[in-house]
Amino acid sequence: MSRAELTIVTRAEEETLHLAARFAEALRAGDIVALCGELGTGKTRFVAGAARALGYRGRVRSPSFTLLNIYRGRLPLYHFDLYRWDPESGAGEREEWLELMEDEGISFIEWAQRWGADLPPRHWRIELRHAGAQEREIRIRQTGMRLGPLHAAWRDERRR
Amino acid sequence: MRVLALETSCDDTCAAVLHDHGERVALLSDLVSSQSIHAEFEGVVPELASREHLRLLGPILRRALEVAGVGLRELDAVAVTSGPGLIGSLLVGVSLAKALAYALELPVIGINHLEAHLAAPLLETGEAALAPPLVGLVASGGHTELVEVREWGRWTLLGATRDDAAGEAFDKVAKLLGLGFPGGPALARAAAGGDPRAHAFPRAWLGIERGGLDLSFSGLKTAVKLFLDDVGWPEAPADPAARKRFLADVAASFQAAVVDVLAAKLWKAAERTEIRTLLAAGGVAANQALRRTLSLGAAERGLRLVLPSPKLCGDNAAMVGMAAIHHLRRGERSGYDLAAIPNLDDWDGHYVAATAEGAAGRRAKG
Repeated sequence: MSRAELTIVTRAEEETLHLAARFAEALRAGDIVALCGELGTGKTRFVAGAARALGYRGRVRSPSFTLLNIYRGRLPLYHFDLYRWDPESGAGEREEWLELMEDEGISFIEWAQRWGADLPPRHWRIELRHAGAQEREIRIRQTGMRLGPLHAAWRDERRR
Repeated sequence: MRVLALETSCDDTCAAVLHDHGERVALLSDLVSSQSIHAEFEGVVPELASREHLRLLGPILRRALEVAGVGLRELDAVAVTSGPGLIGSLLVGVSLAKALAYALELPVIGINHLEAHLAAPLLETGEAALAPPLVGLVASGGHTELVEVREWGRWTLLGATRDDAAGEAFDKVAKLLGLGFPGGPALARAAAGGDPRAHAFPRAWLGIERGGLDLSFSGLKTAVKLFLDDVGWPEAPADPAARKRFLADVAASFQAAVVDVLAAKLWKAAERTEIRTLLAAGGVAANQALRRTLSLGAAERGLRLVLPSPKLCGDNAAMVGMAAIHHLRRGERSGYDLAAIPNLDDWDGHYVAATAEGAAGRRAKG
């Protein structure tokens, strides 16, 4: 059975890192992961967990300032952050970045809601919400994508 | 040796001319055009930044030469910040520096922005008064790093933020509180008169008792955000006097948390390296609460602390030129294929952004 989405509540930062690592197993070259959620919901942590699982050993820092950090994992990892980016004045970057996204790497986009409607249609969407001081509700979606195996794996993990 | 230095790594377009007399360096001109356009957007709007750099760099450069009374033909080298920073903004400076150097048949040298911040106080103290070894803290919107400098132009990273930069936390919390941009100065103003112990916001110590020198400000930012949600900010408190008090207390308590951690990590770095000269630089080093805490703490510990004047804490090209002079004196230079390196992690041990060949040559020299 294929599931269109999956919602999980993580109870601590480590669980978010772990969920991200499990999620990263489903990623393929060219995938785009759009992360949405307000300040402090763990977007950067989620990318850190995924990047580690994808073979990157260095630091994953907030790209709020740099806009784009590039990590060398098993694939190139593009870590975008649109917190300070303005869609109107940022038109020049849009094309350049779309090219990167279509590249053979994996793109993570924080504050993806600021990009607007024309994000490549096939992408993962991760929505993060505060569900307590430590707890985060994390919703993972991709239309037409099977999330069954990931869901089962995570459920088994929680039972142990 | 006359050096033209350019700096466009973030929102300031800067150009400076320095004259190296061997024993002392004279700063002939130092121009910074803060892009006030950003205030309207409460944050640096990056594409605007690179477009503004394109518009401003030519005139600023010409003005810097004019003020210095130095003609293009009298220059001996061109220095430029080649990273870390915003890629589009960096490219404006790097491209112009290369083109200019190539046309004038001069050496071009790419300088690491962190190293430039560390060299900034030399412009005020003179080189004789501030000699390595020293430990530097660079804290700004994009950086929070502790660096050991054994020799000018040679440094190692001791610790760095694992998530947000200190200045980034200032900016983000200032935005939560509805304060203006730049967030640092706005928040510091709001904190004046507030009680830094009103709210116990968390400090991320990250193994400091075992000598851990990494930093983290993301959890602090989140704690402030959750606290404000809890209280019902910005609707509550409604009473204007209570509101003002609340804002001052939150700002002061947040600021105290940042200052406590930065200071403690700097003391720990001094202890671990057994270095007794400390330096704080970058935009956050202009923060008065931090300057006060560091000055008092250094005096108590018998350590020497050097703080550049607030004007030199922010981005400027003079510090880029100063850092470049250390390398140029040793005959180091980059190639005309100098690239911008936006991420600090990609600097990977060599701190002059040279060509692959140049970097290999320097490594071989040790």
